[in-house]
Formats: sequence, C-alpha cells, structure tokens
Amino acid sequence: MTGDMDGQTRRVYWVLLFAPLVLLAALYLFPLSRVLWLSVTVPSPGFGNFEQLVSSSAIQRVLWTTLRICVLTTALALLIGYAVAYAALHLRGWRGEALLFFVLLSFWLSVLIRAFAWLTLLQSRGIVNTWLMGAGLIDQPLTLIRNEFGVVLGMVHYMIPYAALPLYANMKGIDPRLVPAARGLGAGPVHAFLKVYLPMSTPGLISAGILTFIFSLGFYVTPALLGGGRTIMISEYIAVQINDTLNWGVGSMLATTLLLSIFAILAAMSLFVDLRRVFGVR
Amino acid sequence: MDLAPSRPFRVTVFVAWMAILFLTLPFAVVLPVSLTPQRYLSLPDGELSLRHYQTLLEDRTWILSLRDSAVVAAGSTLLSVVLGTMTALACWRISSRLSEGVRMIMLAPMMVPSIVHALGFYRVWAQFGLLDTYLGLILAHAMKGTPYVVISVSAALANVDLRLEQAARSLGATAPQALWKVIIPAARPGMLAGSVFAFALSWDELVVTLFLTSRNVYTLPRKIWDGIQDNINPAVAAVATLLIALTIAAMLVRIVIARRQARLAAASPS
Repeated sequence: MTGDMDGQTRRVYWVLLFAPLVLLAALYLFPLSRVLWLSVTVPSPGFGNFEQLVSSSAIQRVLWTTLRICVLTTALALLIGYAVAYAALHLRGWRGEALLFFVLLSFWLSVLIRAFAWLTLLQSRGIVNTWLMGAGLIDQPLTLIRNEFGVVLGMVHYMIPYAALPLYANMKGIDPRLVPAARGLGAGPVHAFLKVYLPMSTPGLISAGILTFIFSLGFYVTPALLGGGRTIMISEYIAVQINDTLNWGVGSMLATTLLLSIFAILAAMSLFVDLRRVFGVR
Repeated sequence: MDLAPSRPFRVTVFVAWMAILFLTLPFAVVLPVSLTPQRYLSLPDGELSLRHYQTLLEDRTWILSLRDSAVVAAGSTLLSVVLGTMTALACWRISSRLSEGVRMIMLAPMMVPSIVHALGFYRVWAQFGLLDTYLGLILAHAMKGTPYVVISVSAALANVDLRLEQAARSLGATAPQALWKVIIPAARPGMLAGSVFAFALSWDELVVTLFLTSRNVYTLPRKIWDGIQDNINPAVAAVATLLIALTIAAMLVRIVIARRQARLAAASPS
C-alpha cells in the first residue's frame, strides 16, 4: 500500500523501485530485444528463419535431443532429489545434517570442475575404464562420454541439489505427525506415503520440476564437454551457428524459440502455482 | 506413537546415501589426479608429485586469470548488491501489483538461458566498444547476479515489520535517514547472502564470458575451459582441488558463524 506514505517517503521508494529497472532495461532488456529483432530481420525480414524449425532436419534433431535429455534429467533429478530431501529431513541427528551438507557442497561447486571431474572418470582412457579393464571385466573401453549417457549423467549430477533443496524446504512445512497418524489408523507405510505425504509435497515437486527443467533447457557447459560434439543440445548448437558459421539468423531464431518456450512454460505453470513462491520471493 | 523405521524408509535412506556418493565421487578423484607425476591425466601410481601445483605458480596465465576473475566478480557483485537491494527494499515498502511486476522483471536474468542473453550482450557491447573490457563483463555479470540479491534481500525483509520505518519517521528521522539507519541494517543478512550468490555466479560464469572476452580479460573459468580443450591439462585438476578446498572452507566457516549466532541468540535475554 502506498497510501500510508508521505511525499518524501514515496519519492525515496519510487526512486529505489525505478532506478534499477531503468538500468536493467538499458543493459539487459535492450540487448535481449536485439536477439528477438535479429531473428525476424536477418538475413531478410520475415519469418524465414522460423520456417527452419519445421523444415530443417538438423534443427529438429537438436530440438528432440534437447527435449529428451531435459525430460530425462528432470525426472531423475526429482526422483533422487526427493529421496535425498526426505532422508535429510527424517533422519535423526548428524546423519540428516551430513546429507544436507553434501548436497549444499555439491550445489556450490563449479559446473566446469564437475564436468572436468566426469571427463577424468569417464573418458576412454579414464579412471573407470582403466579400472574395469584392469579388473578384467571388459576388453574394450566403454563409451561413457560423447553420448547422451554422459550428458544426462553430468546434468543429473548438477541438478540433484536444485531439485533437493526446494523439496527440502517444502517438506519442512509438512506436519510430521500426519504420516504416523495415518499409520496409527491402519495404513501401511507405502499407502500412508502415497495418500498423505506425496500429495502434500506435490507443490514442492512442481517448483523443483520447473526449476530443473528450465535450467536444463539452457545448459551449455556440461553438454558441450560431455557430449563432445556428438550429442548437441540447443545452446551449443546456437553457439556453433554464431561462432563457426556466423549464421546470426538461425542462431537468434533458436535463441528466441528457447526464450519463448521458457516463458510459455512459466506462464502455463503460473496457472497452477504461485511463481513468486517458486523463485523464493514470497 | 513412535514407529520403527519401515522398510521403504530404509530403502529411501539407502538411495539418499548412494546419491551423496554419486554427488561427491567426482570430487574425490580430483585430488589424487592432481598429484600425478605424469604429464597427462592419470591416477598416481605409487609416486606423488606437486608438479601441477608448481605449474600454477609458475605459469603467469593462471595467476592473471585468478586476478581477472577476482576483479570481475568483485565489481559485478557490488553492482548486483546495490541494484538488487534497491529493488527488494522498494517492493517491501510499496508492495503493490506494480512493484510485484517490477520484481518479476528484475528476476528475468535468472530465468533466461545464458546463451540467449550472451548473444544480446555481444551485439550491443560490440556497438559500444565494450567487448573484451572489464567494464563490459562486469556489467553483464551484474545483470545476472541481481536476481539472486533481490531474492535474498526480499527473504530477509519478509519478517521486518513495516511499522519499524514509520516509528523511525515519527521519532524525527527523514525518509533517507530511516532507510539508511533502520531498514538497511535489517536487510544486511540478505545483502550478505545475496552477495555470496552473486560472487559465486560471476566467479563460475563461462557462457557470457566466452562471447564477451578474448585476450584482454581472461577469467579463471575461461582458462579452465581452454585447459580442458587443450588435451586436458592436469593443472586443471590442481586448480579444481584448490577451488574445492576453498568451497569446503567457506561452508565450514558459515556453519561455525551460524552456530555462534544461534548460541548468542539463545544466551541473550530477549
């Protein structure tokens, strides 16, 4: 409410509100609008670039790869993140805290260093293959990177904390007496979980799901390093268009498509959940 | 009523510990690999060597990249904290549909994929001669960091009573004085948390950096990226080990501070 403010207070807080917005408009929204503009003006005005979404098989392959990897990553990260959050909350004493510590540790570590560590482990002469061959379990090195397996592995690894932390926050708000009450009334552990706990943690699952899916869509570093140029997701494909073939038309068209898809997902989800809560401003 | 852990619960706990093993496994291999005496990436075979750490000290490009990262991260964090705090303060006090809309717009850089705004920054910065300059990268990183400050400061202010400001005013403070002496101190924990986020984000940022810089500004992630492309230089393992140690140290310090504050809060008569 602004009705309770005197003139001076109002002036101070309107400056606080609009000064950052003006700067963001000049330094962020304007550059972003240039990308949208390029997508319909380069190389020639019109929607020619967007026609390639349906006509180019290379682009369609990239889009399908991206979608497949993101769905798989989100599903796995949610499943594993749910187990981690649940255990962290319900284990007593130091065990729960230790789980949370490692999740946070992983959350803070550099994305490049994780990708590097996976390369060290998984490349054809890497630690895993050397070990397996030394133990006589395989004759030929396994192909663990430069394919979708490597990319999904690296991305799930990155996304588990992003799924687990919002889920943990959500589960903290669930009354811990509910499941024992259901059990006391005769429900088995699985039944009590499915009928009581799972529905109450659904908002957390939706929030965590949106976050992981949206972040996955724009992933660059992990797919670029662990996909090794064979499994190409949309971000890397855009970078190749700009850097190697100087094809700004297709590059900006795909960037625009990515941007609009993300806002479409957010708009759709806002019908079901309060987005301010998802992003933690409420 | 206290139930013994059920079988499904024990399975969940097992899955959770396996997940933690999965999360920490890559970090566990980085340390031994960094101690290899070989010129290539490998596990040490009996003999340990610090040669890759020595490379870090002797090869000037590593030191310079650390300096560039520190400069860019410090500059962009400062700007992010100022912008994010201003937005969060205004939204806390005004709290209307308009201010909520402004806040959602300020969060945009968090939702937009890096590659998309990297293209935009690249085009516009090229026009204004900001490519490959510290200022150019600082501004871009500051835009990316601001949403995290907005979120942390908003969270810190969520429990601050609006009447605090009015009380200060009725005791004779001007609006800027009330803001500076009463409200901003209340927002300080959020500003601190937000600045940690913004700093970490800039420190680790690669995609925008790849587009905006070439030789003049050469940050640590860029150096690591080139080190990985270049037949995977084991010096990267040494850097990775140091960064992991730094992260663990920072987290432990945070835990100790939080514990001490909790003890102080419990001890002080309220």
